[in-house]
Amino acid sequence: MKSSNALWKEHFSGKLPEALASEIDIFETEVALKKQGKRDDRLFAETRLRRGVYGQRYDNGQRHDGKKVQEMAYPNRELLKGPNTLWDAPGMQRIKIPGGGLDARQLEILADLAEEYSDGIAHVTTRQDVQLHYVHLEDTPTLMRRLAAVDITTQEACGNSVRNVTACSYAGVCQGEVFDVTPYSRALAKFLMGHPDVQNFGRKFKPAFSGCPQDACALTNMHDLGLIAVKRTENGQEKRGFEMYVGGGLGAVAYQAKLFDSFVPPEELMPLTQAIARVFARLGEKKNRNRARIKFLIQDLGIEKFKELVLEERKTLPHDPRWTEYLAGAEAPQEEPLKPAGELQTLGSEAYQRWLKTNIRPQKQAGYATVTVALPIGDITSYQLRILADIVRRFTKETIRTTVEQNFVIRWVSQSDLPELYQALDAVGLGAAGAGTIVDIVSCPGTDTCKLGISSSRGLAAELRKRLAEKSFQMDEAVQNLRIKISGCFNSCGQHHVADLGFYGVSRKMAGYAVPHFQVVLGGEWAHNGGSYGMPIVAIPSKNIPEVVTRLSDRYVAGRKNAESFQEFVKRTGKVELKKLLEDLTQPPANQTDHSFFKDWGDPREYSMGDHGVGECAGEVISSIEFDLAAAERKLFEAQVALDDGEAEQAGKAAYEAMLRAAKALVKADYLDVGDHPEQIVAEFRTRFYDTKTFFDPYAGGKFAHYLFEAHRKAGSPHTLDSARLLIDEAQLFIEASHSCSNRTGTLVGG
Amino acid sequence: MELQHINVKFLVARPEGVDLEALIPIFHGWIQEQAWGELLLDVADYRHVYSGPGVILIGHEGNYSVDNTDGRLGVRYNRKAAIGGSNLDRLRQAALAALRLCKGLEADPSLEGKLRFNGREIEIIFNDRLLAPNTPAAREAVRAELAPFLQQMLAGSDYSLSFNEEPRSLLQARVKASQTFSVEALSNHLASVSSTVV
Repeated sequence: MKSSNALWKEHFSGKLPEALASEIDIFETEVALKKQGKRDDRLFAETRLRRGVYGQRYDNGQRHDGKKVQEMAYPNRELLKGPNTLWDAPGMQRIKIPGGGLDARQLEILADLAEEYSDGIAHVTTRQDVQLHYVHLEDTPTLMRRLAAVDITTQEACGNSVRNVTACSYAGVCQGEVFDVTPYSRALAKFLMGHPDVQNFGRKFKPAFSGCPQDACALTNMHDLGLIAVKRTENGQEKRGFEMYVGGGLGAVAYQAKLFDSFVPPEELMPLTQAIARVFARLGEKKNRNRARIKFLIQDLGIEKFKELVLEERKTLPHDPRWTEYLAGAEAPQEEPLKPAGELQTLGSEAYQRWLKTNIRPQKQAGYATVTVALPIGDITSYQLRILADIVRRFTKETIRTTVEQNFVIRWVSQSDLPELYQALDAVGLGAAGAGTIVDIVSCPGTDTCKLGISSSRGLAAELRKRLAEKSFQMDEAVQNLRIKISGCFNSCGQHHVADLGFYGVSRKMAGYAVPHFQVVLGGEWAHNGGSYGMPIVAIPSKNIPEVVTRLSDRYVAGRKNAESFQEFVKRTGKVELKKLLEDLTQPPANQTDHSFFKDWGDPREYSMGDHGVGECAGEVISSIEFDLAAAERKLFEAQVALDDGEAEQAGKAAYEAMLRAAKALVKADYLDVGDHPEQIVAEFRTRFYDTKTFFDPYAGGKFAHYLFEAHRKAGSPHTLDSARLLIDEAQLFIEASHSCSNRTGTLVGG
Repeated sequence: MELQHINVKFLVARPEGVDLEALIPIFHGWIQEQAWGELLLDVADYRHVYSGPGVILIGHEGNYSVDNTDGRLGVRYNRKAAIGGSNLDRLRQAALAALRLCKGLEADPSLEGKLRFNGREIEIIFNDRLLAPNTPAAREAVRAELAPFLQQMLAGSDYSLSFNEEPRSLLQARVKASQTFSVEALSNHLASVSSTVV
């Protein structure tokens, strides 16, 4: 843990955006309370996950070292940060980057944080986030403050919440787009962040925006909520809107999203999403997390019934001015160039020519291009991030985005600047050609850091990349343009379903050994926003996968008819034939003399499934009432601190607010739109919980409710230290009674 | 000025001959043995990254690596956990940890003697921008803090000291000794001074 954490807090005091500062203070208090043993493991796990603070492999304190499972001797093995998750074990911090948009200062801060809190590497994910690994839990509030100082939040980056709202990284500059989806994706991200209607899901919810139906850049078909830009003419006027899709998702069984509405006007984007969220929160599965994504709800109800319920819910929503306010200026240009448009310079070295061919895409604005910075398996060093910040300042108005292929795209580059920009990138190892080709392999973290990883997806990706990079430019062009995507397990974070050549980690027994394998999945469609999913063929030992790639690409080149795509080739050839082609690779080589074949790429340990843990992707199913009651306790904690400092007024006020929060927590579970007005909260509480005796303790009756009524009656009266102390005690009892009420009534208030 | 989270890196001779892949089984072996008297957790492989952190042996209190940051290959210790004592104690702790790694790698038969300290070049990096910002004033303060430490480690030999003055970079001192030293000699110089590190 860093010794400067307290100093950073002081450094940022009063300097951060209020909402972000408050959110981080709350989290820091939760960390302190957990350390004091005042928080339940499950509740705290979900609390940190909703701030992007994830677990990491071996955080249960056990690791298979190749010979045996070692108990890792952390200083305090009793202190946990979640079920079976040790406090001191390093974790992963996910950082939300809405639409992948960053500026130079943000790149620099990510560089600093990677260096100071992680291992010097920032990792770009397949959902445009950035992840840092090996981070200590107690450093995370500081890390969040430093991010907040440049307007980045980690709020709801994990857990059962609305995850990063992704968007096409070419939005606004793409030649094929219908319109720029950037402002709409930002508006929706802002609207949903922390919204009360998205706090009570059984699982995560991932939205994505695409500017067109034909490309892949946003992969809307595999999202819980997919929005594709469309236009239509009404009364002679062209209107913007969205095709809205729901219920897509990968995972073990991949679902294609279903069309919800062919034209959702912008002003309906937020309310309709809000209504979907309410229906999902109300009817979605909570207990069985394997069926808790919205795709299962839609499957069970049918899209028509689901739509009917959503539209009914939509009618009940109280009007929210943000639905349109957040869209102000959406039709205006969102970005502008730094330099005048220029002409493409094609002369240069062979490496430059290759780079031009694969990494440059002309924009719809004449004379400008986008430049893809291809990162090896999504990794970039702190030094490279700083140079990238310099480059985007020098050539653009800091217009850069992360992509779902784990790269960066620099936008608005004057085409005449491309030679200089290439040189600047190449000087720091960022000028590699091959973006979007067979060498630009996507991989999830796999067994390197993920608790669920079965096989080493990054190890395989690095090995394939090394082998293919040597010969990719001699390959047939049809093969060069194939995409490889690798997941360490069936959960599909590497998006293998939408790759030409997809692989996901599995394990098999061979000759008495557990052996890492990859299931080969062929013919997924990357285009059309992940238009169709690949076909599983056969599981092959990890060490034979490079040969799988060679055989399949050779067969494709030799057997392809006319300009047949790989998808068409796979479909025509068929599963049986393809399996036959790979069948002998399911076995170890006949002349195998050592055990290296039975180990994974980049890992000399004897392979074991002993490290496979319980993942946190699903988050902990914590109802919103548990969070709200935790917030009431936090307020009470503040009251106690104020009392200790001799601040009677502040202590009394906080104790009263703590009671109100607890009362609101109960009411809200029954009546979502209760609002924040004390009068209304108390009135609703009285009607719903006191008059009905729902709140009554079996022994004490309505006694604790009277504490609230009395505190409310006296609100605004001055406090002495004694009266504040009394009120704190009453508030404590009231909160306990609220917990009891919640536990007794279960589904009534637990949602 | 309190110096924490100190990194010490000993640059290697003939870096082009060093095979980073060979480090992976060595580091895993050290985890198996847990013979270092501190908790070693895992191995992170960043060979695919240009001028990156190389291969890291992740520890609970500190990381050990063969690091290629700035294109300068070296054996590096990165102290993560805060530590008591004086600045001098903390510098000694980090240097001794890095030297221990050097010694282990120089002696490992699988590396065939190809990974060796070049005898003269050392980097000292302060991995905390608030405690040690890369400003002219902090650099001067660090220069003064380093003097007794370098005096001890280099046994009074002359050395040159320069700083990476890019303000966004971590505060980083580059030391070049006027004569060559073995890892053994440097370790002995530091070990001969009593420690008060908590």
